[in-house]
Amino acid sequence: MSDNLSYLYDTPGPRARRRVLAGSAISALVIAAVIAAGLWQFAQHGQLDSRVWEPFSQWPIWDYMLNAYATGTLAAAGLTLAMSAPLGLVLVLLRLSPLGPVRRITAGYIEVARTIPVLLLVYVMMFALPHYGINPGTIWKLAIPLTVAHSALLAEIMRAGIVSLPRGQEEAGLGVGLPRRQVFTAILAPQALRAVTPSLVTQLVSLLKDTSLGYVLGFFELLQAGNVLSSYNHLLIQDYLVIALIYLVPNALLSFLASWLRRRADSRGITLTD
Amino acid sequence: MNALTPGGVLDAVGTTLLVFAAAGAGSIILGTLITVARVSPIPLLRAAAFAYVQFFLNVPLLALLIIAVFALPDAGVIGPLLPTAIITLAVYEAAYVAEAVRSGVNTIAVGQLEAARALGLRQAQTLSLVVVPQALRAVVQPIANIMIALVMNTALLAAVGIVEVTAATNVLNQQLAKPIPIYTGSGLVYMIIALAIGLAAGWVERKVAIKR
Repeated sequence: MSDNLSYLYDTPGPRARRRVLAGSAISALVIAAVIAAGLWQFAQHGQLDSRVWEPFSQWPIWDYMLNAYATGTLAAAGLTLAMSAPLGLVLVLLRLSPLGPVRRITAGYIEVARTIPVLLLVYVMMFALPHYGINPGTIWKLAIPLTVAHSALLAEIMRAGIVSLPRGQEEAGLGVGLPRRQVFTAILAPQALRAVTPSLVTQLVSLLKDTSLGYVLGFFELLQAGNVLSSYNHLLIQDYLVIALIYLVPNALLSFLASWLRRRADSRGITLTD
Repeated sequence: MNALTPGGVLDAVGTTLLVFAAAGAGSIILGTLITVARVSPIPLLRAAAFAYVQFFLNVPLLALLIIAVFALPDAGVIGPLLPTAIITLAVYEAAYVAEAVRSGVNTIAVGQLEAARALGLRQAQTLSLVVVPQALRAVVQPIANIMIALVMNTALLAAVGIVEVTAATNVLNQQLAKPIPIYTGSGLVYMIIALAIGLAAGWVERKVAIKR
């Protein structure tokens, strides 16, 4: 990783090397002991039997879960993204507006949207709005609360990118007589977007995770598929561990992509830490 | 569902605050330890800390709560509900704390470390006198943001049957059928807690600021 911590340590001499070796041996033993204890506990309760893992050697169960991932998790995330990207852009424009009241009201709204749990908004969709005759489809009950939260977060990320640019960029743009709109689209936005791309990828990971709230709604996404599956095959541990794995793999790849982008930006001097 | 008395509402707020305080403290301690492992000279510890962080950053909290509360009892791992949920939350947020602390460590200029070495400070002294004091200052704001996210994440405990603010809101709404004031009220509770964290962080940051 991009740590400057190599300066913490001297090039190890014979004694330090022996200490690192001893430390490695001890930590290897501890880690092995923890894993062994976990496996032993699982084995004691028959959770490692081939019987309980056998269904996962069959295609249909994977098909079911991957289908839930594609038509539920990815669909909800895609819908949220399609709504929150334009909304986030509008919010950041209002947030940076030259009109004081507009700026302050938007800032207030963004703060509110960022500090209310998405689950609470999901419950509003489930229990409060139907009271007033508003009862959209399940995917909307998930995507609308997610959009409220993620558009505000996207706006904050984009704003961080824009305010991180040197003021001279905007001043020079206005100075050569470009209209405000063009200063934004031609000068500020492209640079800001480049600076915040890693943060946007990280935000996508958190969006993919948040779609798991569909479980509460009974919306058929990956975690809800685990609920259905485990009430049918009673293999809670196996079902949910495999589901955790299905969340983990694409998200970890995206996280690696984000940190690679961040390192690359660092090495090119476009630095933005959030 | 059980009827909710005014005392019950206060209990729910208390539960949210308790979960936040316990999981918050736990995640900061655990996260710092993970960072220590992450920057240690022992490759195996570094790898284990990296794997820990990647796992918890990339798996949804709700999935972890369901595993801890509903699935692990099948393997004989079973504890009281509230502590189980608090531990799960602390273990999850610790990964975020570890990332924040690590980036705080990385904000320290290389020259600081070089100067410490040049002055002949030992590794422990370099860490305790130069690295940690500066890194902690740099991470006040990021950790406050994680704590605010933690408060929002306590709402997920409603999904595994703990009566905290969000769950109590639903019960109250069923009883009184006045959704607008009830949901607005509990939204306000979360906003007030988040605001308090933000103000506290600002205060801490000013207190520990280095006057240059």
